Amino acid sequence: MQVLESGRGELIQPPDLEAFREWNRSHKPRKLIDKLMTEQEAISRFVTEGCYIGTELYGSVRCPMSLCREVVRQGKKNLRVCGQGVLELDLWLAAGLVKKLDITYIGLEVYGTSAALRRAVESGQVETCVEWSNGAISWRMKAAAMGVPFIPTRSMLGTDTLTYSAAQVVEDPFTGLKVCLLPALILDVGLIHVHRADRFGNAQIEGISGFAAEMARASKRLILSAEEIVATDEIRKQPDRTIIPYYLVDAVVHAPFGSYPGEMAYVYGRDETAVREWVEASKTAEGAQAYLDKYVYDVKDHGQYLALIGQERLTQMVAERERRE
Amino acid sequence: MDERPYTKTELMICVAARLFQDGTTAFIGTGIPMLAAMLATKTVAPSLVPVFEFGGTGAILEKLPRAVGESRTFHKGLVASGICDTMETAQRGFIDYGFLGGAQIDGYGNLNSTTIGDHDHPKARLPGSGGGNDVGSLCWMTVAIMQHDQRRFVPKVDFVTTPGYLSGPGAREAAGLPRGSRPINVVSTLALMDYDRDTCRLRLVATHPGVTTSDVIANTGFELIIPGQVGVNEPPSAEELRLLREEIDPERFYI
Repeated sequence: MQVLESGRGELIQPPDLEAFREWNRSHKPRKLIDKLMTEQEAISRFVTEGCYIGTELYGSVRCPMSLCREVVRQGKKNLRVCGQGVLELDLWLAAGLVKKLDITYIGLEVYGTSAALRRAVESGQVETCVEWSNGAISWRMKAAAMGVPFIPTRSMLGTDTLTYSAAQVVEDPFTGLKVCLLPALILDVGLIHVHRADRFGNAQIEGISGFAAEMARASKRLILSAEEIVATDEIRKQPDRTIIPYYLVDAVVHAPFGSYPGEMAYVYGRDETAVREWVEASKTAEGAQAYLDKYVYDVKDHGQYLALIGQERLTQMVAERERRE
Repeated sequence: MDERPYTKTELMICVAARLFQDGTTAFIGTGIPMLAAMLATKTVAPSLVPVFEFGGTGAILEKLPRAVGESRTFHKGLVASGICDTMETAQRGFIDYGFLGGAQIDGYGNLNSTTIGDHDHPKARLPGSGGGNDVGSLCWMTVAIMQHDQRRFVPKVDFVTTPGYLSGPGAREAAGLPRGSRPINVVSTLALMDYDRDTCRLRLVATHPGVTTSDVIANTGFELIIPGQVGVNEPPSAEELRLLREEIDPERFYI
């Protein structure tokens, strides 16, 4: 296939499919092993400085916020990150942890652009931004999940998004169509928050699944946080809901309200007041730092964080949850 | 009844909502497109099937989604799947419309939501494509909803995040984008626009009440095609305003 056009962006995490297979053979036990551990242990064992890391879904929706705060607390630096981020990547950017970005969207939704992103990129603290669409980054993980080196798409063509990506355009040998080839994205570490998991890592999600299935299968190390830790018998009652099988998982962390201040479908709603607190605080570097001090550095763990938030607000968020009826 | 006069944003939402066709599928982006979609389901398009990128299809829009992944995007929905499914559904040709916002637009309908200034040394780093590029690439017909001023309606966008007609007639197909997919309308705070078939350039269709053609020209940084007949959009009806203020955005996130 002749390459017709090449994105000029850096391929921040070049995929090695043979190494990925071998990794999956040698580092992912098929035996049911108890992987329940604290967030402190999970992050310190599996997140290394300079690693390529991603989070699912995004800050205000079923996002592993407690794990993201722990990454900040442990000060894991020079991270190469894919995102797709709302509040969670803002925290990493504000804490100065991000070196390179495969960026799709980092913003504050209703509240507009992210001041933390602007400061980090415009100052040069983030060395490079490689552009992708949300579809593209998910398909890149899907390619890795399929165990193939790339996946073709008809998106991104003709745009600067493609020019500043690391995609390539070729003529498809079967149909003659011009297609955009997206390189497989194999993450060093994936962080996913789920509704329930057992101690071995079998995990179930309710509501939309975002890109959890793809990220779980594309990550060399996968850390799950779960609202509930359940017995495997509970998993076995609805195996059709198991979107992440245990053998993909390296660590399981029990994190009730793990997505707070974001929402968790059918469990709790999002705390708009708390979201706005970050929106306001993050407008200046000093404000962002004070927020990190209060909600991350000065609390020891997720338990202390929840105590700081207080039961009253958490109860209120449960009352505001999406309901099935 | 709230007697306050309608705002430009309220009118823009109403004009956009009237573009929705009943019984179609429509990809809905964050922000104003959500309000327009919700208003449409309560007025002209009760059996619209809204599609939100992270997996919500066919939700009943009872409360305004504030984000494309929150549970309001699949409230009493038909499907709660994931982003690969919704994007692949668009890629297979199942999504009729896409409704999008952007920071900048040019005369061919190309949208920028990535950077102001040079990409590698930006004056302002904006959020990025999100699902915008996919929607503009893969849906059959896309509608952009924008604030209208010279800073936003520019001769050349700083960065083509999402494809409109790219460089003009035939450019989408030449780039490999799906045959027949195209931008069809822009709704702004001043007017409704479409595209001239021959040149693929933006063309004025109708101004908002109280807005003149000269106002639109003065606020547009490129040459807008002005046809012989320019219409005037209907102002928001009392019912449209009531729905917007009481049911759709009572918390006033947008209006």
